[in-house]
Formats: sequence, structure tokens, C-alpha cells
Amino acid sequence: MTEQDIKGLIESKLQGARVFVTDLQGTGDHFEAVVIAPQFKGKSRLNQHRLVYDACGDHLTKEIHALKLQTHSPDEWKKDPKNNARLA
Amino acid sequence: MELAEQIKQDIETAPIILYMKGTKAMPMCGFSNAVVQVLNQYGVEYRDVDVLADPEIRVRLSEFSNWPTIPQLFVNGELIGGADIVVELHEKEELLPILEKAVVSTA
Repeated sequence: MTEQDIKGLIESKLQGARVFVTDLQGTGDHFEAVVIAPQFKGKSRLNQHRLVYDACGDHLTKEIHALKLQTHSPDEWKKDPKNNARLA
Repeated sequence: MELAEQIKQDIETAPIILYMKGTKAMPMCGFSNAVVQVLNQYGVEYRDVDVLADPEIRVRLSEFSNWPTIPQLFVNGELIGGADIVVELHEKEELLPILEKAVVSTA
């Protein structure tokens, strides 16, 4: 899979999300994703991750061997000033 | 005992249990190793279950926990998370209070 494939999977399930995907090894199976989504508001980190896992569906554990995940609601994301620099 | 029943019972009875690839003495995956390294820093006792020992464990575990990936850390029967969450809790100094609850409840 490509970074774009995974970004697409996540964005299609979580409307309005900002998604950054990195292929960690260039092998198309180990990825890192940073996801900022309005749907995460008020959810525990555990349930935020579950939403992303659900979006990846069966691809996760099959084509995707590893997905390092960072999830934030838009408010959580804004609270950390270093993140704004990252998006700029 | 059925495997699914065994997993449920193990999670509910072990104060701290880590489902991982490999063992705490020899982790077979970077994510599993990350959790082992974090837990080792706290010096807590915990049970490890190697999901590579039987592919069925992983299937039944994920059905039970509604969590698709390995590792999975449970404290007092509750899923705390996978490697990303455990490391994040550790870095935010929020993991110790969770682990202490398990230690206290068995003391």
C-alpha cells in the first residue's frame, strides 16, 4: 500500500480529518500516521485509535503490518504549540 | 477450556498482562519491545503471553478486546492500549498511577 492509500482510507471514514502518513521503511507495509479529526473530540485515546483502525479495516494486519499512530482532536492538537509549527 | 474463555479468564484474573510477539525476555517485534522496555522501568510484575505461540490467540484476543493489533496491555481486566498509547502514557507520567492500581488491588 502507499501513503496515499492509507490517507484515503482514513479520510473517507473520518470526514474533515487531517491525515499525515509516512511509509517508515519504504516497503509499503510499515506506516506512521498522525490523525487530527473532529470525531475524536471527547473520546479516549483508546477509542480514537479504534476509529482509525476501523477505517483501515482488513488492510490492517494484512497488507499493513504495522501502523504507528498518533491521534488528536483539533482542540488537543492546537493546545500544543509545537504542532502549529509543524503544520505551517 | 476453550481458548476464548481462557483468554477472558487470564485478562480478568491477572493484575497486569501483556499480549505480545515473543516473550518479555525475548520480544520479537519493536512495538512489543517498546512496551516491555516501559514496563521494565517501573519494575512491576506482569504476565506475558506470546501470541506467536498459536495464531488462534491473536484472533480470539482481538475479538475479545476489539483491538486489532499486538501488543495489548491490560491492567485489572481493562485494555490500556497498544505500544503507542502505553509509550504516550509513560511520557506524560500517567502510566504509573494505572499500574499502581493493579499492584494495590492484589496486595
